[in-house]
Amino acid sequence: MEVKIKSMTRDDFKDNEYIDSLVEELNSSGANVMVGSLDKLINWGISNSLWPLCFGTSCCAIEFMSLGAARYDMARFGFEVARNSPRQADYIMVQGTIVHKMAPVLVRLYEQLAEPKYVIACGGCAVSGGPFKNSYCVVPGVDKILPVDVYIPGCPPRPEAFFYGLMQLQRKIKVQKFFGGTNRKEKIEEFFAQHPEERELLESK
Amino acid sequence: MSDFKTIISEIYPAATFEEGDCLLVNVADKDWHTVAEQLKNDPRLDFDVLTAVVGMDWKESVGVLYYLTSTSHDWDVICVKVLAPDKDDPFIHTVSDLWRVANFQEREVYDFFGIRFINHPDMRRMFMRNDWNGHPLRKDYDADPERNPIPKEDEMNEDETAMWVEEADGKIVKKPGRVFGEDEYVVNFGPQHPSTHGVMRFRASVDGETVKKVDAVSGYIHRGIEKMSEGLTYPQILHFTDRMDYMSAHQNRHCLCMCIEKALGIEVPRRAQVIRTMMDELMRISSHLLSFGCTAMDLGATTAFFYGFREREMVLDIFEKTCGARMSMNYNVIGGVIADLHPDFVKDVQHLLDIMPSRLKEYHKVFTGNIIAMNRLKEVGMLSKEEAINYDITGPSGRGSNWSCDCRKKHPYACYSEVEFEEVLETGCDSYARYMVRMREIEESCKILKQLLELLPAEGEIRAQVPKVIKLPEGRWYQQVEASRGTFGVFIESVGEKTPYRVHYQSPCFNLIGVMDLTCSGYMIADLITIGAALDFVIPDIDR
Amino acid sequence: MFNFGRWTSEFNNWLLGMGMHEGLAIAIECVIIGILLLAVYTVLALFYILYERKLCAWFQCRLGPMRVGKWGVLQVFADMFKILVKELICLKGTDKFLFKLAPYIIITSSVTMLACLPWGNGLQIIDFNIGIFFILAVSSVGVLGILLAGWSSNNKYTLIGAMRSGAQMISYEISLGIAIMTIVLLAGTMSISELVWAQQDAWFLFKGHIPAIIAFIIYVIAATAETNRGPFDLPEAEHEIIAGYHTEYSGIHFGFFYLAEYLNLFIVSGIATLMFLGGWMPLHVPGWDGFNDAMNVIPGPVWFLAKAFFISFVIIWFKWTFPRVRIDQLLAFEWKYMMPFALANLILMAIFVALGWHF
Repeated sequence: MEVKIKSMTRDDFKDNEYIDSLVEELNSSGANVMVGSLDKLINWGISNSLWPLCFGTSCCAIEFMSLGAARYDMARFGFEVARNSPRQADYIMVQGTIVHKMAPVLVRLYEQLAEPKYVIACGGCAVSGGPFKNSYCVVPGVDKILPVDVYIPGCPPRPEAFFYGLMQLQRKIKVQKFFGGTNRKEKIEEFFAQHPEERELLESK
Repeated sequence: MSDFKTIISEIYPAATFEEGDCLLVNVADKDWHTVAEQLKNDPRLDFDVLTAVVGMDWKESVGVLYYLTSTSHDWDVICVKVLAPDKDDPFIHTVSDLWRVANFQEREVYDFFGIRFINHPDMRRMFMRNDWNGHPLRKDYDADPERNPIPKEDEMNEDETAMWVEEADGKIVKKPGRVFGEDEYVVNFGPQHPSTHGVMRFRASVDGETVKKVDAVSGYIHRGIEKMSEGLTYPQILHFTDRMDYMSAHQNRHCLCMCIEKALGIEVPRRAQVIRTMMDELMRISSHLLSFGCTAMDLGATTAFFYGFREREMVLDIFEKTCGARMSMNYNVIGGVIADLHPDFVKDVQHLLDIMPSRLKEYHKVFTGNIIAMNRLKEVGMLSKEEAINYDITGPSGRGSNWSCDCRKKHPYACYSEVEFEEVLETGCDSYARYMVRMREIEESCKILKQLLELLPAEGEIRAQVPKVIKLPEGRWYQQVEASRGTFGVFIESVGEKTPYRVHYQSPCFNLIGVMDLTCSGYMIADLITIGAALDFVIPDIDR
Repeated sequence: MFNFGRWTSEFNNWLLGMGMHEGLAIAIECVIIGILLLAVYTVLALFYILYERKLCAWFQCRLGPMRVGKWGVLQVFADMFKILVKELICLKGTDKFLFKLAPYIIITSSVTMLACLPWGNGLQIIDFNIGIFFILAVSSVGVLGILLAGWSSNNKYTLIGAMRSGAQMISYEISLGIAIMTIVLLAGTMSISELVWAQQDAWFLFKGHIPAIIAFIIYVIAATAETNRGPFDLPEAEHEIIAGYHTEYSGIHFGFFYLAEYLNLFIVSGIATLMFLGGWMPLHVPGWDGFNDAMNVIPGPVWFLAKAFFISFVIIWFKWTFPRVRIDQLLAFEWKYMMPFALANLILMAIFVALGWHF
């Protein structure tokens, strides 16, 4: 399936197989026309209105500021509404090294984001620990603690790389299913079946 | 230097001396506080600035090196070495009552080496979590990840602090204390907060809108650079400096290269010297432009931020053409620079210098001259000259308190002795003064660049011949440069191997957060943001 | 001038002509008007979001939204769909009822105010003899929503934001009220439609000259503060208290705050238009009949919107140029300078009216 991103063709992207397999997996269950087109509308909305959470730990955050500044201007894509409150943001862009002291804070921030939410790992440090991988207190890649959607390598990545990564995220969102796909209730039940103590905790309050 | 030797022997006959990069005085712990008092107060010595506190683990003993300097006589540096009497239960007397900057510095030493400081008012960990096992910079530290796994739970706020007091019979006891009272309304700023410029965390006790006390909690991006450096060769550790204070990448790396070159006795070619100096100044312009933008944005004037970034992009273009990267340039290497200048370099710099004055005028028009901005910045975050010296606040923030502390003037390095420039000083002692120092320093940097363009040799070596395997002789070296935010120091101790025995970076921003409590108390919550913006700290530089 | 009242009465007659009971006809009309009002509300708010994003981008040498639709016109619709499907988070430890009620209070207050605005000749939903007074009263209800939101979230930032907002809005409401009273004094009426008709020969800004211009300036400043916009955006000062009183709101609840913020901007501009720039009344110069006739060709709603957008432009311009003031400066400015000045201006206007020095 062709995922349309304005003024970027399929050949401009790498890693198309991944998106293809994702589409195949989603379509295997099938969806009816109504739900399908509603999904398309909503995905169009979500993918074009990705509001980032201001979250920067080091150098990549400065490049992110350049991204917002006049030359690169991420407002063109509608990404500029950077929210400081995680409740109102759509994705968390991990810009910089995550160390042991920060890890629980990052996880909490992720949990504070409202669904649907995405994670982008920016820069070598967030992707794999980067130059600090061997340190005693650095998390070697945020994927150890969070489900990462897109990786943007670089130290720090150029603003163009940020855009590429964000467009990849848009592509990924455009094939997701909001109504047809996952059954949230089922998922929650599944979670409680695995962690019975959480349910007790919830009910006791 | 020999004068100091005689005077110190006079006041402390038991002192032994070691010669080296600078004079080193051995002082026993039990006498340390009295000696320190005399070092500071004796008018012949007058060591009023504590520039660096370096914790050390010499395997058979642990101790601290204090680097002292003085504003009154030529900025000569001496080093005082204090050993803890007992390695397994180390205690050293604090000097945080004499030099307030030692407050945070000693907490760092405690965190890394487990050395506790007697009479220190607030002996908490500085960077690591409270539940961290072991002290990471000790040579016998067990780095097994099992011992310190990635934590799942949030760290609890540590309101309890401890003070170690020596009783009359020489026994050292722990006296518990509290950071905040039980009924104080504590508001948390950070670690994820839009205007802490990163992952700094301030806990502020407020009364209505008035801030009563600020507790800075650091370490949310402590990456253990110093420890990692001990396992890498000298050329390999260079790249860490670019990633500490990423807004003074060139200066920091310059400093480390200079320190190593000093130890090896390498003469850097003329052309490389000029290039290095130019890069330093370009970096300073870029940093101050970012600082202008962020100050404006933190105060709510978003548009000014974009104007600052517009010119910053031009500087980044120059970097990109020559160094190949917009940030984290990795340009200086031991003995010179890694690549020659791009053919367009001179033209681009000239263009930047041509338009900068008019753009500065525009900044002043859009932000500085604004009545609201003035009211927000003026008389906010007062820091007197004495306090600035005592807390070792260098760089634009210190010069905003009228303290002449520019390393480029005090210990001219590279080409700074050949160029004419004014050390920018402001007498306001407030946030506005700090802000104005930065704006005027951009002009000075332009002036320096203009002169350097003429000094730049048309051709020549850009790198000195260095040995393939770099081994530093035994000894210790301390080198300072003027980074964008203040005096940046590198300490290297070598035992003659390919890897350093200990590397310590003395970052200017670390001292800046030390004055947050002092400068913010009594002001409003909004002023906390203003003061933070005007001090302009970079968090990875604090945490390293 | 075309009277839109004709359409409404014809529609009413048509309903009654079908043999409908009068009560039922009114009920149907109410429903239709309600739907229309909400539709206009949404469209205007979305337009304003885009308007501000584009304007601020141009102030900052940027392009603003460009890629979603031509020149980014569909950007706000994407945002709307996104916000509609976002998860609503209700936290442990919050006062759930008040937490959920707060956004509705705010949105209700701004919809009610919107209903009072005169869009054209006869194109007005609520019109009675104390109309302007009613608007002022309703606008105060919004503060309640903000306070509730801040308090019920059980968060320190929201509480600080709410307290700031309470102090700010209550203070600036006084100047706002006095500035409006100055014009009421000149017009001698509080009814919105009569206020507009009174400006048939010349707008109040020109009619009342010196005191009216002063009142206009005071009104614009106070209105900026009332809508919590920069340089008075302390209740949601991003760089100090994250997002202020709505920090804990997500999804459409946050969307309501977001919409209300932008629509309040339109409403205060609309009131400024009504009080100072003649509402929907075209630009008339006494004596220039040809010119006046030419102006009358442009329909009232266009006049109204154009004037309101212009004033909004000025307020947006403020926001993106000035730094934020501090809470003590904000209150000192109001109580020490603005309010006494506004009062003095009121007296000045009274003198002008008594001596007939106005046009």
